[in-house]
Amino acid sequence: MSIRMIWRKTLSFVMLSLTGLCALLTVSVLVAVLGYLAWNGATALHWTFFTNLPAPVGETGGGIANAMVGSAKLLLIAAVIGVPLGLLGAVYVAEFASPTPAFVVRYSADLLNGVPSIVMGIFAYTVVVLPMHHFSAYAGGFALGVMMVPIILRSSEEFLRTVPRSLREGAMAVGASKWRTIATVVVPAASGGILTAILLSLSRVAGETAPLLFTAFGNRFWSHGLNEPIASLPVVIYTYAISPYDDWHRQAWAAGLVLLGLVLVTNLLCRTVLSRQSAQRR
Amino acid sequence: MGATSTTVGPAGVGWGPQALIRRLREGDAIAHTVTLIFGATIILITVLLVGQLWIHSAPSRAKFGWDFLHTSTWDPVFDNYGALPFIYGTLVTTGLALLIAVPLGLGAAIFLSELAPPKISAGLSFVIDLLAAVPSVIYGLLAIFTLLPLLATTVEPFLKRTLGFLPIFKGPAYGVGFLAAGLVLAIMIVPFIVSVSREVLMSVPADQREAALGLGATRWETTWKVVVPYARSGIMGSVFLSMARALGETMAVTMVIGNTPIISASLFSPGYSIAAVIANEFTEATGDMYVSALIELGLVLFLLTFILNGMAQLLLMVSQKRGGGMRG
Repeated sequence: MSIRMIWRKTLSFVMLSLTGLCALLTVSVLVAVLGYLAWNGATALHWTFFTNLPAPVGETGGGIANAMVGSAKLLLIAAVIGVPLGLLGAVYVAEFASPTPAFVVRYSADLLNGVPSIVMGIFAYTVVVLPMHHFSAYAGGFALGVMMVPIILRSSEEFLRTVPRSLREGAMAVGASKWRTIATVVVPAASGGILTAILLSLSRVAGETAPLLFTAFGNRFWSHGLNEPIASLPVVIYTYAISPYDDWHRQAWAAGLVLLGLVLVTNLLCRTVLSRQSAQRR
Repeated sequence: MGATSTTVGPAGVGWGPQALIRRLREGDAIAHTVTLIFGATIILITVLLVGQLWIHSAPSRAKFGWDFLHTSTWDPVFDNYGALPFIYGTLVTTGLALLIAVPLGLGAAIFLSELAPPKISAGLSFVIDLLAAVPSVIYGLLAIFTLLPLLATTVEPFLKRTLGFLPIFKGPAYGVGFLAAGLVLAIMIVPFIVSVSREVLMSVPADQREAALGLGATRWETTWKVVVPYARSGIMGSVFLSMARALGETMAVTMVIGNTPIISASLFSPGYSIAAVIANEFTEATGDMYVSALIELGLVLFLLTFILNGMAQLLLMVSQKRGGGMRG
């Protein structure tokens, strides 16, 4: 073998090993993130952490009960806004619209999807907080809801399109009108995929902090109704992490573990279901 | 209803009351209109978003004009605002993140698409997709308590000792600063680069690889000189996509960049980014001009990400056409 050939083979081996190293490095980040968070968070987790309000500033202890309920409320508002818009928008794009309006709706959704989350916060601030003159759960939920729309729209559209033609034709052959076909055959056939898409979008916005900073703001107590500033898990993690108190740092770790756990478990479930479905379809 | 009229498609012609009732009873027109309203609402929200940013930034745009983008006073007391330090910080941290994340992500994508057996590739891709789902505040939390001490006590002193003659490695090692923000951003955007690039690489037709191998090229030469160039536009698309993400990333950057409006060549220096200053000062902003200046920053950020996302979509469309219809 010539020296040149040896050189080429060595180079090939070295470079390919390097790509393997890159993959290993990337994956190990997740292991490190999970491991470190679990290690630090688990020591601060105690059942009172889930049931207590935050302790007064300066005292140790206390929990994040209001933030957990707050996050749930915010997600509920977000779902009320995001799910109908995303789902019915997808039905319009996939079933009714002619190419040009379909393109415009899809393009709007893509544009929304690319908007940085902090800018979404400004939007919600100008549309909800300014007219109401105060921070509220409505404003935060609105910001999160708008962020859910493009995710739900694009994946629902795809699931609606993969419903086999034969199903539609069957429904129409027995005399169903178009909307009946869609409502009773097409959407139910795609419902598994659409449901996972909704869950995925919820888990995505559940971790969003930036759009809540000046919309939902935060609250160290229970908020009554949806018209008040409200605590949320990500904002609590943020404020505790940048605070100067050791006890708050400890709680930031614990809250971080709770948030990441919820997000990752939802993601894992959804992705497993989705990949199983697409495997069946093939 | 006429014997020949079917129930499919827009119902009957004619405008009389009977035709109207027939259309209503059939429901298709109603369903069409209802879904149209929801679709139109999505368009309306998008237009409203751009409109709100434009309207509420008007006072600031009128007062400072283009000077806003290239002056560096940020003085809420006298209502004088220039965004240069924030734009600088955003660009430096994003650039640094790309410098680290593109080679790393591309390498990992090459491994996953060209080398790894399908099962391992699928498993690793799954894990990397999960990484993309980790909320940014979690990355920030981890960075504050692990990355910052490490940078301040080990990495930055080491860089100063060995490469200290370079202007980018000068000054005291605080931990917080451009370097920390760039590193966190790099970790956050790698998953995007990997998953998009991997898909693009996998859609390169197999005969391209076979032809190169048949000509006697080594595995690496095939990958680097045939497969990667073929997928070039798609890979560029993934880079633009992740660049837009990095520009708009708020929480993790806010937590580690140091939040000081300084323009410094040194990566060790604390700085500020557009998203970070909005996050920090918006709730405290008193006075219309202050808020307006912050919203103009939001407008700048929006336009930057809008352009980058547009370019990314164009490039990915081109690469999908070239991929010969196969999808990974």
